[in-house]
Amino acid sequence: MSPREIFALRDHLGAELKGRTLSDAHVSVSLTDILSQTVLGGRLRQLSGRAVLLKLSDQLRSGLAMIELDGIARRMLLCPPDLNPAHLDALIADAGIDAVVTDEPARWTDSGVALIVTAQLPLASASPVQTERATEWLMLTSGTSGVPKIVGHTLEALTGAIVAEGPARGPAPVWATFYDIRRYGGLQIFLRAILSGGSMVLSDPHEALADHVARLNARAVSHISGTPSHWRKLLMSGSAAQFAPRYVRLSGEIADQAVLDGLKAAFPPASVGHAYASTEAGVGFAVNDGLEGFPADYLGNRNGVEMKVVDGSLRIRSTRTAHAYIGRNATALTDGDGFVDSGDMVELRGDRYYFVGRRGGIINIGGLKVHPEEIEAAINRHPDVRMSRAKSRRSPITGGIVVADVILADGTDPTRAKEIRDQILDQCRAQLASHKVPAVIRFVETLDVTPAGKLARTDA
Amino acid sequence: MSVRLKVIEAIKQIAKEQHVTLPELSDELSLHETGFDSLAFAILVARLEDETGVDPFTISEDAAFPATVGDFVRAYENVPA
Repeated sequence: MSPREIFALRDHLGAELKGRTLSDAHVSVSLTDILSQTVLGGRLRQLSGRAVLLKLSDQLRSGLAMIELDGIARRMLLCPPDLNPAHLDALIADAGIDAVVTDEPARWTDSGVALIVTAQLPLASASPVQTERATEWLMLTSGTSGVPKIVGHTLEALTGAIVAEGPARGPAPVWATFYDIRRYGGLQIFLRAILSGGSMVLSDPHEALADHVARLNARAVSHISGTPSHWRKLLMSGSAAQFAPRYVRLSGEIADQAVLDGLKAAFPPASVGHAYASTEAGVGFAVNDGLEGFPADYLGNRNGVEMKVVDGSLRIRSTRTAHAYIGRNATALTDGDGFVDSGDMVELRGDRYYFVGRRGGIINIGGLKVHPEEIEAAINRHPDVRMSRAKSRRSPITGGIVVADVILADGTDPTRAKEIRDQILDQCRAQLASHKVPAVIRFVETLDVTPAGKLARTDA
Repeated sequence: MSVRLKVIEAIKQIAKEQHVTLPELSDELSLHETGFDSLAFAILVARLEDETGVDPFTISEDAAFPATVGDFVRAYENVPA
């Protein structure tokens, strides 16, 4: 293949589209002349063909560095903000890293990495460059313990779903996400913003939610995505009333009916849908009928994405999946037939599949296996409940019982707590097997959410 | 509320939730005759732990699970404060 046929981010960033910006809470960068500017101090040439670790303290410079490096570096490894620094040496060795792009160069002087490039704002001017190669994009899995796995993608795989959907109708969207763009879910939105000819508003972990929403409004965000936990937090915050997106997407966790209905009620004119994607399996599908789960006829081959259910878990084969785990002890990413086992467990009810939980997230209740997500979905159906977490608690009688922490919707009369608790239990008894019904329900003010936007499950 | 009353209230509440028809509760009634299954007892012990701060069946490793309602109540009454 000649370099000219390789597709890179810079091919979507010509100066013909005006008014495009990439912004965070502090800085807004115009994308109009981005191809003749550099965040790398003009040192891009030195990074040609290198395996580059992108270790920056903010998303804005990360995104600008991705634009510059794609098509020039041999590979780039995106480090999410919550990466445990103790894992860096192992990741550098596994990915064969020979250059680092950082905003803290002093930290890298004794690192043994040959080339350290400082990413800096404001941008400097630079001559536009030609795409040289298809850069390999390396992302990290978001597991909670041990060294994360390195997952290898190509830009073609990462953007497969975006290209298949075609351009958004109407004016160029202004995208935003509650995710960090160095995670799969956030990167999808960043890539959509680049490919769609639109702008993007980045999140900031240190910003209060109300301030974030004010910024989304000020920049006229039209398209926005996040995990169900992100969205539940927004719905609880009271800030949703000032916000009017056209396109609302959920991914990364199970979107239950309660959160879908909650978003539809909060944003009546918006299209509300949930998407299924993971770092390894790529983008699987989108569900836009307003219902939880997905139609059973999504199985089989649909738009080039093949899906099947084996031993209860969803398996996906498509050109959008990652191509390999990278590293010294890397295991196979797919089975012999090229299917990625998502580890997401589904259950067929009627003509629809429902997500019931993660294979690794099963809790043991008196010898019976229980998915906490299934219990949470039943609890969340109560109209006064905004968010919940089910977990196991040891019991001297049965070994384990289910307990649930529940956040009530804003303004719920505290004197109704007992009545609500009884209603939740009645509802759970009607929908769940008896061992899955919470033995104890505790009302709490907050529930922890991980940096990746997922409900923290310390016991799973 | 006395410990005894708390225990009896919790038994009645769980019986209602679990649709168990309790016989009249007396100290001599065997726990088996309450109609509670092990899950109902597990719920009872967990709720009482939240309410009283103690789980007498986990504190002492050799504690035998009580045989009667009276034994059960005394297990909570006899926990050192």
